Amino acid sequence: MLELKNISYSVKDENTGRMQEILKDVDLTFEDKGINVITGPNGSGKSTLIKLVMGFERPTEGKVLFNGNDITELGVTERARMGFTIAFQQPVRFKGITVKKLLELASGKKMNTEDMCDCLSSVGLCARNYIDRAVDGTLSGGELKRIELAMAVAKGGEVFLLDEPEAGIDLWSFEDLVKIFARLRDKTVIIVSHQQRILETADKIFLFDHDKITSAGRGDDMFALLTKRPAQCWRNLQES
Amino acid sequence: MDRTDSELLETIAGLHDIPEGSFNIRKNGKLLARNSTADIEIIPKKDKDGIDIVVKAGVVKKSVHIPVLLTVGDFKETVYNDFFIGKGADVTIIAGCGIHNDACGDAEHDGVHTFHLEKGAKVKYIERHYASGDGTGKKSFDPVTKIYCKENACFEMESTQLGGVTSTVRKTYATLGKNAQLIVKEKILTDSEESAVTDFKVYLNGEHSRADIVSRSVAKGKSVQKFGSDLIGKNECFGHVECDGILLGEARIVSTPKIDAVSPEASLVHEAAVGKIAGEQLLKLMSLGLTEQEAEDAVIKGFLN
Repeated sequence: MLELKNISYSVKDENTGRMQEILKDVDLTFEDKGINVITGPNGSGKSTLIKLVMGFERPTEGKVLFNGNDITELGVTERARMGFTIAFQQPVRFKGITVKKLLELASGKKMNTEDMCDCLSSVGLCARNYIDRAVDGTLSGGELKRIELAMAVAKGGEVFLLDEPEAGIDLWSFEDLVKIFARLRDKTVIIVSHQQRILETADKIFLFDHDKITSAGRGDDMFALLTKRPAQCWRNLQES
Repeated sequence: MDRTDSELLETIAGLHDIPEGSFNIRKNGKLLARNSTADIEIIPKKDKDGIDIVVKAGVVKKSVHIPVLLTVGDFKETVYNDFFIGKGADVTIIAGCGIHNDACGDAEHDGVHTFHLEKGAKVKYIERHYASGDGTGKKSFDPVTKIYCKENACFEMESTQLGGVTSTVRKTYATLGKNAQLIVKEKILTDSEESAVTDFKVYLNGEHSRADIVSRSVAKGKSVQKFGSDLIGKNECFGHVECDGILLGEARIVSTPKIDAVSPEASLVHEAAVGKIAGEQLLKLMSLGLTEQEAEDAVIKGFLN
C-alpha cells in the first residue's frame, strides 16, 4: 500500500521570489492492486505528485509511506530498486544508446530477442525494426513514447507511475495501451491522464484541482459524473 | 611479442595475433613483422621513415593492418605512410598506435598518412589511439591525415582515442572531386590534465561532392579539448559538421566550426553542442535502478558508442 500523508510542496517563484504552493495537504491512499487515474486541469499538480512519489523531488511537508515504511527521504535509485517504476510524460533522448541497451538497463539483465519482442510488441512495436536504433531524435514522438512504456514493462515493479501515457500515441493504438494496463492490474498503477478511454479503465479516479484532491471515487461513478457535462465536470462533482 | 605488445595490439587493432593478408607491424621505431601481397603491396620508403601501401585497381573486400607499438620512453618518431588506392578498389585499412610508457621520458608517435584515391575507390580507414603506463613521461600523438579523392571515390574514417593519451594534435585535410564523399566519425575521451586538439579542413571542389564529419567528445577532470573544422564549398556540394561534447568535472571544450560557401550552390551546415549530461537523462536512468555514477557511465558509454 502506498500512502501520501499531508503532502505539501512549494517552489520559489523566480520572478516574484515568493513561495508558490503546488500541492497543499494532500492525503491519498493507493491500494496494492488496481488502476488509479489522476485527472484534473493543467497546472493542478498532478505531474508534481508523480515526481514526489518517484523521489525526484522531496515534499516540503508530509510523508510518503510504502507498505508502512517511511520512504520520504529515499532517493530515486532506492525507490526504483524497491519496485517503483515510472514512464515519463516526455521521454528522454539519448545519443548513441540503443533501444536494446535501454531495455537491458531497465530489466537489469541481458535480454534475448524473444524477451525484447515481448516488451516491444506490448507497445505495438516490432523488435526487429527497433532494437539496434538509438533512442534519439531519429525516432518520432510516438515511437519514443512507446519505447518509454516498453522500458516500464521491461523493468517491472510494484508501483507503476505513468504520466500521460497516451500523449503522442495515435488513436488507433489505444488498445495496446489498454492491454498494458490490463497486464499491470495486479500492481499499483497510478496514471495521470485526461483521456476518456483511460478514465474508463480506472478502478479509482482522483480529481485534482488547485493543488489538492477535490474528489475521489470508484472509477465508474466518477466517470459518469465527469462526463455528464464534460465542460463543467468540476461543477458536476461539486453538485453531487 | 610480449604480453604488453599483445594487449596493445588487441586494443588498437582488434588483433589477437599476426593477421593474415597484408600487414606492417612497427615497434619502437623498428619493423616487427611485414607481409606484402600481390593485391596490396607494402614497400618501405628509401628517403625517410615509412612505407608506401599500394592497392591494385579492382581489389575488393581486402584489408590491411598497419599498427604501431611504442613501449619505451624518451622516444619520438615521425613516420610517413602513403596509400595509393587503385581505381574501383574497396579496402579496409586498420591503423592505430598504442603507447605503453612506464618511464619518465616522453614517448611520441606522429604518423603522417596521405591517401590518394583513384576514381571510384573506396576506403574504410580505422584509426585507434591508446596509451597506458604509469610513468611520468608524456604519451603523445600528433597525426596528420591527408586525403585526396578523385571522382566517385569515398573515404570513410573512424578515429577513436579513448584514454591515456597525454596530448594530441590531430590534423585532417581532404580534397574531394566530383561525386566524391568523405565520412568522418571521431570519438575522443580525455581525463585529468590531458589535452586534445583536432582540426579538419575539407575542400569540396567537385560537383555533388559530400562531406559528413561527426565528432563526439567527452572531457573529464581538468582536460581541455579543442575542435576546429573548416569546410570550403567550391561547387554544388553538401557539407555537414557536427560536434557534440560532454563536460564533466572542470574540463573545457572549445568548438570552432567554420563554413565557407565559395560557390553559391554549396550547402554547408554545422552544429555544435557542448554541455554537462542533461539532468533528465540521469534521472531517467536512475529511475531504472542505476546509481548516479552508473547512469553517468551509461550515458558516456552510449555517447561514445
